[in-house]
Amino acid sequence: MTDTLNHGLIDDLYRLGENIADTKAPADVPIEQLWTTAKFENKLVNPANRRKLSVIIVGTGLAGAAAAATMGEAGYHVKAFCYQDSPRRAHSIAAQGGINAAKNYNDDGDSIYRLFYDTVKGGDYRSRETNVYRLAEVSTNIIDQCVAQGVPFARDYGGLLDNRSFGGVQVARTFYARGQTGQQLLIGAYQAMERQVAAGTVQEYVRHEMLELIVVDGKARGIIARDMVTGEIETHVADVVVLASGGYGNVFFLSTNAMGCNVTATWRAHRKGAYFANPCYTQIHPTCIPVSGDHQSKLTLMSESLRNDGRIWVPKRKEDCDKDPRDIPEEDRDYYLERIYPAFGNLVPRDIASRQAKYMCDEGRGVGPMVGDFRRGVYLDFSDAVSRMGAEAVKAKYGNLFDMYARITGEDPYQVPMRIYPAVHYTMGGLWVDYDLETTIPGLYAIGEANFSDHGANRLGASSLMQCLGDGYFVLPNTIRNYLAEGPFEQVTEDHPAVVEARQSVEGRIEQLLSVNGERSVDSFHKELGHIMWEYCGMERTEEGLRKAIGQIRSLREEFWRNVRVLGSAKTLNQSLEKAGRVADFLELGELMCIDALHRRESCGGHFRAESQTEDGEALRHDDEFLYVAAWEFAGEPSGAPGAPVLHKEDLIYKAIELKQRSYK
Amino acid sequence: MNLTLKIWRQDGPDTAGELVTYPVTNISEDMSFLEMLDVLNEELTAKGEEPVAFDSDCREGICGMCSLMINGEAHGPEVTTTCQLHMRSFRDGETITIEPWRASAFPLVRDLVVDRSAFDRIIQAGGYISVNTGAAVEANNMQVPKVAADRAFDTATCIGCGACVAACPNASGMLFLGAKVTHLGELPQGQAERDSRVVSMLNQHDHDGFGGCTNIGECAAACPKEIPLDVISQLNADFRQAKKHA
Ligand SMILES: Cc1cc2nc3c(=O)[nH]c(=O)nc-3n(C[C@H](O)[C@H](O)[C@H](O)COP(=O)(O)OP(=O)(O)OC[C@H]3O[C@@H](n4cnc5c(N)ncnc54)[C@H](O)[C@@H]3O)c2cc1C
Ligand code: SF4
Ligand code: FES
Repeated sequence: MTDTLNHGLIDDLYRLGENIADTKAPADVPIEQLWTTAKFENKLVNPANRRKLSVIIVGTGLAGAAAAATMGEAGYHVKAFCYQDSPRRAHSIAAQGGINAAKNYNDDGDSIYRLFYDTVKGGDYRSRETNVYRLAEVSTNIIDQCVAQGVPFARDYGGLLDNRSFGGVQVARTFYARGQTGQQLLIGAYQAMERQVAAGTVQEYVRHEMLELIVVDGKARGIIARDMVTGEIETHVADVVVLASGGYGNVFFLSTNAMGCNVTATWRAHRKGAYFANPCYTQIHPTCIPVSGDHQSKLTLMSESLRNDGRIWVPKRKEDCDKDPRDIPEEDRDYYLERIYPAFGNLVPRDIASRQAKYMCDEGRGVGPMVGDFRRGVYLDFSDAVSRMGAEAVKAKYGNLFDMYARITGEDPYQVPMRIYPAVHYTMGGLWVDYDLETTIPGLYAIGEANFSDHGANRLGASSLMQCLGDGYFVLPNTIRNYLAEGPFEQVTEDHPAVVEARQSVEGRIEQLLSVNGERSVDSFHKELGHIMWEYCGMERTEEGLRKAIGQIRSLREEFWRNVRVLGSAKTLNQSLEKAGRVADFLELGELMCIDALHRRESCGGHFRAESQTEDGEALRHDDEFLYVAAWEFAGEPSGAPGAPVLHKEDLIYKAIELKQRSYK
Repeated sequence: MNLTLKIWRQDGPDTAGELVTYPVTNISEDMSFLEMLDVLNEELTAKGEEPVAFDSDCREGICGMCSLMINGEAHGPEVTTTCQLHMRSFRDGETITIEPWRASAFPLVRDLVVDRSAFDRIIQAGGYISVNTGAAVEANNMQVPKVAADRAFDTATCIGCGACVAACPNASGMLFLGAKVTHLGELPQGQAERDSRVVSMLNQHDHDGFGGCTNIGECAAACPKEIPLDVISQLNADFRQAKKHA
């Protein structure tokens, strides 16, 4: 694919390939008219032909379910896959806080341009301007669509939709359904999709896991999936494949992601030629319930909407850290975010809030139980809010979150301040896509958290739901026509060599996993990988740490294939086998994340390189050197292990927005 | 704490199952019930025994994937999901019996895993508002009184876990169905299909082998989302109304 041989290894780790660029956004059109122009210029597929075209969608979260419903309605044959027992359980269901839209219902100065501006700025100028503008533009349609479906958003007494403001912005543009916005949006998309299942346009395959991508003559033509109940390896061919398989935060083992979230679908596609963009951009969420011990299987997020009314503080003095917080008088509390960032206070962007919490704990001013030799927690205090608006009003707004907190910790947050600590939450990296959301493999599209384009180095709150639904309902169904209009496509049969090869590689891999029969459980490898990633590729990264991590991951991966123990058979429901396949892919992705983090010698958004900071410890970007998307091409070794990957840069071009260093002070 | 677990093991729908006893030690009360099972599974793996299969995903009480009858109660002794049940709800030395959901509409897959796709089929039968993408009208054109919006919301929070079915002596799915019918029926957008929805969903419910409701109330008592029993009255009222209109 690239002329890489002329370039030597850089830092012993990667090679440099040719630059790439998005060529799909209409050229020389003002940003306000881009999407309208693109929609007009996109090819059409007439309804009779749509019946002859087939689409595979992997994932039925917000992005996938919305796309399946819309493509089904349009008349295409859709096959939709998910690993859960029902599409309604996708990880999107857990989103709490809300979804943004530039409706300006409050007349507080909001507009499409402002949402666009906030999103690009919030992402530290590492997202693609054209895509983000389109996102802001479709945001208003999303709300209309969801309301029409019966999504019960919060309403005021006049019966109109209610809004709140969310981390990092100064307007109230976030629509919400109590603390369960993701659930309600997903149920809406799921119901729309089930309607198409009943209509016969969508076939759903639950408890099915995509394990390989089929590429025929350079084009994506299907997937190999495992029926997780019978163990059968199935071949599904189609004219086009869409990955809506979510993010890869579980590479850290502990995260706010659902247990089954994985990178397999996108990683398998990456190995087949799809570039992986900005893998090192991980969002760490500031408001999670702190870890309580070694047994922990996942972390729970407390919606960051809590930062609207809760005040964050730690004791001024270390000696006070084990006191009952209610006994610490006002003058001995350090409301550090309000102190350092008076303009934004507790609503600073997530990366800043997270890092500051870590610093407070590193300084020894953390609160809560000792985990290891550290207290990892800061207070999120509602006592002011309770006295200002009353416990009932607080309950109406945040009741379910308070209940959840009480259930998990055994403490009553109406009485005692909550404790919070940052946790891995979201991954801004993903498959590289162009304006049409097409990857570098023709006929392979990526939507939702699985792609990289809209959030840059940091995602603002309430903007992922917007992107997932925007991609699924409005963007993909319009852009994919450009490709489908080239159909009808040549039939691919199951005995095509590329199909047979894909199938055999899946079978071989499963057999290999089951035959190692070593000493260590899959989880033990996953936990160890997670420790390495959190320690060296987490909130703060250094050259030395990252190099160390790469070495450790390589030897862990080597041990995995020699010493993992996966019991049972391939022919039944086998949860260790499922996990083993996912962890094997995480072990490869982890290395790429570290290489990406290492090569980017700047700090931006969720990527904080200790070597690149201002005198007062703020993240320091280097736009002169790093104003690009890092799109990595897989270059495996003959042994099958990932070899030195090839870096392709996509220069980021800002025409509608002026580049600024970020300052929230 | 130390516990004795009696867990239902069954390789597949066609093989015989039995309760197998496993002692576990050093369980912390901060663990969730599922984390306790993770610990057991690590031990089983170390001994070369196949781990116990059970469902879970979000582990924060919202996806509805986890299940388990614990000492005969759906999701165990507290009104919550199994993933949000913590070991502080148990006593040191206790014996805990763990079984899968039991209902003929939820066939067993393996060990503690059952197939709840009948719920999806009920939704396919009409649990939606028929609106195509792309042409929705401006959202604020339609006001929804706060009371209606709140009730719609409260009933929309059903997570489709199936505890109501597992808890019901008749294995009825009417709390689940009633929740959906009430959610959509409270909203102006949901009126056009209100009659056909309830009839078609109920038919599917019966067709899939769920039992009828005889007002026992175990469903609402076990529901982790506290869906109120009166959604079943609403369901019945909507059904009568639909028959009248028909
Ligand atoms: C606790 C929490 C709170 C959040 N709150 C907010 C919020 O308030 N606002 C906001 O904007 N964002 C929020 N987010 C982020 C947001 O929820 C996610 O980014 C978003 O829902 C991702 O949606 P998705 O459709 O891309 O993928 P997902 O919802 O993750 O769906 C992935 C789908 O892919 C399937 N899948 C994955 N791999 C495979 C495979 N190999 N084979 C077959 N199927 C596969 C899964 O079964 C699933 O159906 C939150 C996230 C978390 C964890
Ligand atoms: S009604 Fe309650 S118990 Fe039944 S499926 Fe819904 S949430 Fe679960
Ligand atoms: S695992 Fe999601 S509700 Fe329990």
